[in-house]
Amino acid sequence: MAERRRFENLLPHLILWVGIAIVAFPVYLAFVASTHEPAIIANGQMPLTPGPYFLENYYRAIFVGTTGTTREPVGTMLLNSLVMALGIALGKIAISIVSAYAIVYFRFPFRMAAFWLIFVTLMLPVEVRIYPTYKVAADLQLLDTYAGLTLPLVASATATLLFRQFFLTVPDELVEASRIDGAGPFRFFKDTLLPLSRTNMAALFVILFIYGWNQYLWPLLITTRDDMQTIVIGIKKMIVTSDALTEWQLVMATAMLAMLPPVAVVILMQKLFVRGLVETEK
Amino acid sequence: MAGVTFREVRKIYAGGIEAVKGVSFAVPDGAFCVLVGPSGCGKSTLLRMVAGVETVTAGEIRIGERVVNDIEPAERDIAMVFQNYALYPHMTVYNNMAYGLRNRGVPKPEIDRLVREAARILEITELLKRKPRELSGGQRQRVAMGRAIVRQPKAFLFDEPLSNLDAKLRVSMRVEIKKLQRQFGTTSIYVTHDQLEAMTLADMLVVMNAGRIEQIGAPLEVYERPATTFVATFIGAPPMNLLRLAAAELSGLLGASAAVPPEGGILGVRPEDLVLAPAGARSDGGLALPLTVETVERVGPESFVYGRLARGGDVIVRIPGAAAPSFGEQAVAIAPRHKLHVFSADGSRRINS
Ligand SMILES: Nc1ncnc2c1ncn2[C@@H]1O[C@H](COP(=O)(O)OP(=O)(O)OP(=O)(O)O)[C@@H](O)[C@H]1O
Ligand SMILES: [Mg+2]
Repeated sequence: MAERRRFENLLPHLILWVGIAIVAFPVYLAFVASTHEPAIIANGQMPLTPGPYFLENYYRAIFVGTTGTTREPVGTMLLNSLVMALGIALGKIAISIVSAYAIVYFRFPFRMAAFWLIFVTLMLPVEVRIYPTYKVAADLQLLDTYAGLTLPLVASATATLLFRQFFLTVPDELVEASRIDGAGPFRFFKDTLLPLSRTNMAALFVILFIYGWNQYLWPLLITTRDDMQTIVIGIKKMIVTSDALTEWQLVMATAMLAMLPPVAVVILMQKLFVRGLVETEK
Repeated sequence: MAGVTFREVRKIYAGGIEAVKGVSFAVPDGAFCVLVGPSGCGKSTLLRMVAGVETVTAGEIRIGERVVNDIEPAERDIAMVFQNYALYPHMTVYNNMAYGLRNRGVPKPEIDRLVREAARILEITELLKRKPRELSGGQRQRVAMGRAIVRQPKAFLFDEPLSNLDAKLRVSMRVEIKKLQRQFGTTSIYVTHDQLEAMTLADMLVVMNAGRIEQIGAPLEVYERPATTFVATFIGAPPMNLLRLAAAELSGLLGASAAVPPEGGILGVRPEDLVLAPAGARSDGGLALPLTVETVERVGPESFVYGRLARGGDVIVRIPGAAAPSFGEQAVAIAPRHKLHVFSADGSRRINS
């Protein structure tokens, strides 16, 4: 009996390990590639163990950049990506929590119309409205600026709906108790609603940060200057069409570096993130 | 401190539901007023209008001399205790109690003094640092009370504050609420549909039905002289027995001097006012109802006998002890004349004095 129990426990673990291996192996390969000299990779004889060029490759990736057309080092690109991802995540949270507050707690003309308008934008992701958005951004002189990178992506129907759902579960009596306690709309928002939304905000932050970090199409359009490039675009530009010229070891090092911030965000906020998904603090 | 006065107060909710249909009464300064009535009769609505968290459709509510219809809840100087307590989940007990004072700009040392004083009275001093989720139901209830008394308002408003507690705790909190109210002498309006709470807490009992007031009076007065059949059956458990009688039968029971309407009326008699006598017994000048015993509920100190009347209809008799007759036995339920209640045929009016 005990034997069987052990086997039954083993099987799911085995499956999980296989899954992890499938997901993690390419990442491992990328890491290995980032520690060898270019010749080895170009020959197609890449070994499965890390090589001796770790420090040199990463130093070059971060501070020097490739020798090809794109000379921007990774440091600048990381910074650009960070600004964009933070701007998008924080902007989305700030805007959507405020609009959800308005929609749930205030009676104003065309409230439902506003709600449905927000809802409808769910069906219009950046890719669909890319031309008009680009035109507007260009007319506002937002090309090659941080504002241009973040602002058009900040409005978020998903986050607004999420906060709305959460606010609807907050008991009405809490609002009433606040009113009796002399808290106006602003105090209620600041003293009660915001602290209660803490875990929700954390969960959203993680999701939105990664969403922002991984943006490709929009930054590709809106930035032309090398020093405004985000890292995702940067990686793409490092890969030159003729294979021989691509410095694969640097591309891979850059890819590894590009992965670090999202991973760090997930790890740091894991606890709050999970709580935000499973538990409502009421 | 101040009384609360209602004048022709109405509430029509969006959607056209008329929850309160013109209510006028006054709660004197320092009185403990209990609103009772069946679910949906508008008790909470009325209370929430006093608190200011619901608008008044028509009429006028005064707290003291001031008409408060258009005054913000915070400026009405009232405190409310909610059924689900509505404590701020992310604040400690201390902050829950201090929040209202802070918003009013009370100086810090003064807040500290008031909170600690309230905590001492409610014996929750050692809970001050905890969050509401770390408290038991009874402790949360105390904190909710603390949040109310800490501000020393003109009036306390309670909306079924004890209904989430278990039976035992409910009794002890009930006693405590009454004690606190006496101690502070603060005008209180208390909504409940628990009769025992209503009877024991109230100086002034207001029985509501379908958005209207059925009767106002001291609890015992309401019990002894219910104004309508609704009040008669609502106050008292098990409820008063009601029998529809023709005019001749009624005047036979009440004596020739009583003014009995020609269409007859409704006779009421409480289960506890009936006595069971052996079959064939008569009552001199009172009521005698021959019956067959159908069910007996023995609860220890007393028993409830459910009988089927020979003349048709059911009756409940409450007798002391457990020595009740058994199923199928014949008996007579007897009550003296002065224990009888007589109402008009539609039940809307009491006829005898
Ligand atoms: N926000 C609202 N919108 C519309 N109708 C409402 C609203 N609140 C209450 N009502 C209606 O008003 C009537 C009175 O409700 P109220 O809550 O005052 O009853 P209650 O006497 O407190 O009942 P209970 O004992 O169940 O709490 C009910 O018919 C109810 O459906
Ligand atoms: Mg109610």
